[in-house]
Amino acid sequence: MTKTTWKNLTAGLALGAAAVLGSVTGAKAEDTIKVGILHSLSGTMAISETTLKDVMLMLIDEQNKKGGLLGKKLEAVVVDPASNWPLFAEKAKELLEVQKVAAVFGCWTSVSRKSVLPVFEQDNGILFYPVQYEGEESQRNVFYTGAAPNQQAIPAVDYLMANEKVERWVLAGTDYVYPRTTNKILEAYLKAKGVKPEDIMINYTPFGHSDWQTIVADIKKFGSAGKKTAVVSTINGDANVPFYKELGNQGIKATDIPVVAFSVGEEELAGLDTAPLVGHLAAWNYFMSIDTPENKAFIDQWHAFIKNDKRTSNDPMEAHYIGFNMWVKAVEKAGTTDPDAVIDALIGVSVPNLTGGYSTMMPNHHITKPVLIGEIMDDGQFDTVWKTAGLVPGDAWSDFLEGSKDLISDWRKPMSCGNFNVVTGKCGGAGE
Amino acid sequence: MRLLASLLFAVGLILAAAPARAEITADAAAKLASGDYDKIIVGIELVANSGDPRAIAIIQALSDGKLLAGRGDTLTIEESDGTLSDAVTGAALDAKPAEAKAIRLNNKVRRSLAAMLGRLNLIDADPARRRAAAEAVFKSRDKDSLAAIDAALAKEQDSGVRLSLAAAHAAIILTDSTTGDADKVAAVAVIAERGGQDAKGLLASLSDLSPQVQAAVTDAIGIIDTNLLAWSAVQAVYYGISLGSVLLLAAIGLAITFGVMGVINMAHGEMVMLGAYTTFVVQEVIRQNIPGLFDYSLIFAVPLAFLVAGAVGMAIERTMIRFLYGRPLETLLMTFGLSLMLQQAIRTLFGASNREVGNPSWMSGSFDLGGLSLTYSRLYIILFAIAVFVALMLVLKRTALGLQMRAVTQNRRMAASMGIRTNWVDSFTFGIGSGVAGIAGVALSQIDNVSPNLGQGYIIDSFMVVVFGGVGNLWGTLVGALSLGIVNKLLEPFAGAVLGKIIVLVVLVLFIQRRPRGLFPIKGRFVDS
Repeated sequence: MTKTTWKNLTAGLALGAAAVLGSVTGAKAEDTIKVGILHSLSGTMAISETTLKDVMLMLIDEQNKKGGLLGKKLEAVVVDPASNWPLFAEKAKELLEVQKVAAVFGCWTSVSRKSVLPVFEQDNGILFYPVQYEGEESQRNVFYTGAAPNQQAIPAVDYLMANEKVERWVLAGTDYVYPRTTNKILEAYLKAKGVKPEDIMINYTPFGHSDWQTIVADIKKFGSAGKKTAVVSTINGDANVPFYKELGNQGIKATDIPVVAFSVGEEELAGLDTAPLVGHLAAWNYFMSIDTPENKAFIDQWHAFIKNDKRTSNDPMEAHYIGFNMWVKAVEKAGTTDPDAVIDALIGVSVPNLTGGYSTMMPNHHITKPVLIGEIMDDGQFDTVWKTAGLVPGDAWSDFLEGSKDLISDWRKPMSCGNFNVVTGKCGGAGE
Repeated sequence: MRLLASLLFAVGLILAAAPARAEITADAAAKLASGDYDKIIVGIELVANSGDPRAIAIIQALSDGKLLAGRGDTLTIEESDGTLSDAVTGAALDAKPAEAKAIRLNNKVRRSLAAMLGRLNLIDADPARRRAAAEAVFKSRDKDSLAAIDAALAKEQDSGVRLSLAAAHAAIILTDSTTGDADKVAAVAVIAERGGQDAKGLLASLSDLSPQVQAAVTDAIGIIDTNLLAWSAVQAVYYGISLGSVLLLAAIGLAITFGVMGVINMAHGEMVMLGAYTTFVVQEVIRQNIPGLFDYSLIFAVPLAFLVAGAVGMAIERTMIRFLYGRPLETLLMTFGLSLMLQQAIRTLFGASNREVGNPSWMSGSFDLGGLSLTYSRLYIILFAIAVFVALMLVLKRTALGLQMRAVTQNRRMAASMGIRTNWVDSFTFGIGSGVAGIAGVALSQIDNVSPNLGQGYIIDSFMVVVFGGVGNLWGTLVGALSLGIVNKLLEPFAGAVLGKIIVLVVLVLFIQRRPRGLFPIKGRFVDS
């Protein structure tokens, strides 16, 4: 609690500095297409978002080497919202109204996305959002290239049920909207599968929680009831390292109580000695260790661009790769960067992903992806142990939540609605 | 003649069959090399049951990720020093066979490996390994290991290993549906004697028992539960002390700069962070140059972190803070800005992502004490916090510098007229406070993220501890840190981590309302100056 307000305060003071930074990359020649990059380069989220900015610069650079787009060069406009949620809205406004960018790639946390939504609606911009999120949203101006809960959480639980015969569940998460919504969906899903309420333990911790002794001991206790137990972790960012260290130190092995995480990727494991964690799981739509020619080319290109061959690649990076290529293809199809034309052209666009298949933009502005389950290896990478047979289309509205299971989203004409209620037959959500 | 021929034939058969019985078959090798997890498990069982003396080596290599499978189902063992040998024959190899890749495992395979290694290692020469093997069988409850357990039990001399073997025996009896009720009741008694969460887990998992056995199981679970409950109270207090020691380490430097000098130093957390990054750099240097000394890396890191953070602290005091003495608001804003600058500097220098700081081997793992499971890292941090506290106390109370520090903070003008260079004392005091924060960073790097944000997580808690304990009093800081830690940990099981922290904050606010000077206010004339 104290820490979040603290972070906000910090970010607030960084506002001034960021405003100066943002306006440096000003107008250039008129014959360029501007692409906005809205990722925090300072403050708490810099740890995750800086990498995404670099990937976008690389992709734009690459596209320019191929001759640009519609005969024009692309120009990156980088702004720094400094992990400050209201500043995200201001910076988005600056990108759309002052810089007049054709599309924006950005945001990480759900709250930053929610903060820019009204801006994109009002100024009719295009936002590509690359991070796995809690769903329950579909907006005309936003394209969600990260996973919806049915592309990550549900398949992971299915895997544990089928392959590890798990009967008892610990849902552990950081106390904010993504874990709370995901856990609500998972709880409903587990109960629908016949799991008894006493076999589900839900635990929330503050941001940046660092003392995990009690909770890990509780998990151990919960796991000693004679039924196979697993932990489903939606613990966010920084809190993961001390959590996994405590797991390792208290001797909880993946063969006894496996932990499947939705927010731990290669980047987070980089700060850890993974030897005691071998076998713990993560569910994503991409792993750096995926053995495909596309992925190899992408990683080589990334290492060359960042001039460091130790850097990892991760799932949100792949999401930007897919999103950017989709946007390029849609602009070529539409022959213009006009937002309305591009938004319509994006639906149905299909581009190669890095796991050896094609991802398609659905009418609900989510994409199709494979779901992979990986086990942590001792070199800090994931080994894919399971993969969905085909591609899973992202579902904006969960089928397991009251109020949202009747909703569908289809932005094609004539429906053009993000929350169409199939029971009442009206656009406008669960309300009458 | 015919007799002779059939005799010869029989001898030939035996000769042909004898080596085949104790050999790893091509079929087993093919299964291991198949890449299909279920087939690998069958392969492991084939190898384990082959009776071949190489079986242990092969299974151990597979479990360590050192078994490579190549084209034509060749199996190769690659040691960590790079030497290669054929897994089946044991012959040394010069080069890897074509397309040799380490065999991949999943959790199911790892469980099967642990069970098989347990069975094979029951007759190992090393008692620790025999015990680990028995524990592995206790976990796997693999029916086929019963004979091996009984054979080992008949020979075993070591009492600790005997206990584990007996538990493993009992676990197999209990989970086997064909054993009689009398055996099962006896086994329940053995498991109840063992106690602990594993034992409870085993008993709770049993189903389809006769009423007689079920009654024994219910009783045993009751006994184990009572035992566990008592230990869990002790455990909560221990966790509280552990959290308290972390708070103490983070706050004790602040107790000097804020408590003794009265400087509100918002960049205190960044001094902690500098200490953690010093540890990272020390470990990197050791890793690249003298990896053998890695276990001692923290011993080098402590003085270096003190010097780095202390030097930065002194530089800050000399160049900025000394112009702002007596102006708390300006100091607060200035040090706050400074903390942001230090964070961004580290982010530019080392990158935004977490840095890996390893635990030396003596700080990894845990040990059991009664029903408690204590982790070494936390235990050492408690001891370290006490050591730092005692050392700081000695510096303040027993050295000339400590005497001058106290003199200056109590009455600056009188100290000056006694010939003390108050400027330098200020600077040294700030340096020591910052240096101690750096030392705290070394300890925190073992349990927390080493990232530019490390310090932010501790600054509020540090101020809380110092204010609660009583400004200007090191003993107050000690008591404050420990009591906040213990209250936090006692509340956590009932209220949860989020609500627990809120309750602690509310109680603290109320407490400060009643006693604005904290637990141990300093009395005397100089207080109000």
